[in-house]
Amino acid sequence: MRDHDQRSFDAVLWTLAGFALIILTLPTIVVLMTSFTASESLRFPPSGLSWRWYVELLDSDDLQDMALRSLKVAAAATGLAAVLGTSAALALSRNRRRWARLVDAFFMSPLIVPWIAIGLGILLLTSVAGLPLSMGTLIAGHTVVCVPFVLRTTTASLSQMDPALLEASTTLGASPFHGFRRITLPLIAPGIAAGSFLAFIASFDNVPISLFLADAREPVLPIRLWQMIQADLDPRVASISAVIVTFTLVLMLAMERITGLSRQLTR
Amino acid sequence: MDYADDARSPAIAPDLGRGRDAVRHRPGIRGAEWQLVLPLGLFYLLFLLAPIGVLAVVSLFKDRTLSELSLIQYATFFSERLNYVILLDTLRLGLITTAVCLLLAFPLALAYHRVGRRLRPLLMFLIILPQLTSAVVRTFAWIVILGREGIIDRSLLALGLAPAGLLYTTSGVVLALTQIQLPLMTLPLIAGLARIDQRLLEASQSLGAGAWRTFFKVTLPLTLPAIIAGSLLVFTTSISAFVTQSIIGGGRLTYMPKYVYDLAMGAQNWPFAAAAVMVLLSTVLIAVTAFNRVGQASLRRIEG
Repeated sequence: MRDHDQRSFDAVLWTLAGFALIILTLPTIVVLMTSFTASESLRFPPSGLSWRWYVELLDSDDLQDMALRSLKVAAAATGLAAVLGTSAALALSRNRRRWARLVDAFFMSPLIVPWIAIGLGILLLTSVAGLPLSMGTLIAGHTVVCVPFVLRTTTASLSQMDPALLEASTTLGASPFHGFRRITLPLIAPGIAAGSFLAFIASFDNVPISLFLADAREPVLPIRLWQMIQADLDPRVASISAVIVTFTLVLMLAMERITGLSRQLTR
Repeated sequence: MDYADDARSPAIAPDLGRGRDAVRHRPGIRGAEWQLVLPLGLFYLLFLLAPIGVLAVVSLFKDRTLSELSLIQYATFFSERLNYVILLDTLRLGLITTAVCLLLAFPLALAYHRVGRRLRPLLMFLIILPQLTSAVVRTFAWIVILGREGIIDRSLLALGLAPAGLLYTTSGVVLALTQIQLPLMTLPLIAGLARIDQRLLEASQSLGAGAWRTFFKVTLPLTLPAIIAGSLLVFTTSISAFVTQSIIGGGRLTYMPKYVYDLAMGAQNWPFAAAAVMVLLSTVLIAVTAFNRVGQASLRRIEG
């Protein structure tokens, strides 16, 4: 009876876990495989293998320009978010007071506030203020949603740091800034890096905010992809997607080696 | 300087949990705290609070000339069937996705603790993979999987069955959202399960409870805070998941975020679009408050 009970529990457990793993990984595998299709239509498994859609990518100057612009926006937004987020994390990580908890919740709020509200809000704000849309407003909008990623991982690594280390450096006469640069920063760098990685992806891939804030004359890649997928499923979408997935995977493995990414995300 | 306030906690109440706080306020860092928060505070004031404030104000105007104040936008939203049906559909989508994520994330989190130490990093990699790949790319993959030429329908046809036609259906949107949101539920659960005292499970088993009974009577109640934390994240992000909803839902299914976009950019009806976005935002805030209430109650039950 008990054996039977345990067996049925295990059967359900492993079946559902297996199904979950398929749902998690199938899309990535599908993207990589369909990109090598030889035909005009996107079916899976692909009919015939070829590099043709990658060759087409090399000839698509417009897509390359958009990708470059998206990379620049993501780099700027991530850099800004890393500085602002780390600075705030230094003040908030060990502070258990009520105001600090409230400020922290406020700073994390872009994770739950619909991004469409942030995009439309900034658009209306600039138009009320009579300002034109620019690269600056686009980067600012992206930075708002990038900050929580940096703040979360940096706060986590700060709270793991032994405060006695800084005590010691202050007692030995080091200035707070010196202590930060020589002790705190090296110890929390993996946390900042992991958060910045997530922030970079969140920006590079952002649709809801860019839809409102990106200038139509200066299009960004995710918006174009979003339109291509909805319109006619241009097979170039598959090869671009595969390039993006490959880059992310390589970066992710590198980050895992350098910063222990998965540890940063789960603590 | 209110050092006195801080010195009090370790001196009067020297309990273990607070002991570390005594070290926390290092001289020199204390006064700098608000200065470190200031840059981000100002940035958020300008690019988060002010934009939402503008949305709130614009939603209170009668028409797009923004000349006369009125509550007509909200009255219209809640009196015309088309609008509130979209809101209800969006909430339903959030609830179903949260339920499906919970059903799959729990076995996954349990499996993570069952497999050996050598397999864990690989499993963790697979779990966080969707969080680290582009939303547009993931959604594109689901089109290839769910579409007419896709894996599911072609396998069904090969087996002599009718195609499922999941693209542009609620099930299709739920499936695609589940992939994206599953990590948000699984990670808190893995952490929550790790905190359970193993002796409680052993006690339950040795007292004669089977695997199922132990799960429902011991494991599940003890992981309630993690379940609530995960559900909050999954629910709020899936009701505002613009890319997945618009692509997998297609023209046939409309949810709030896409509706707001159409109102704003298509119809250029700023006040009504602003009102719709404020309704969505309020829904999210109400959900957060409700989840937090329940979460705190469940924590008190476990600890108290």
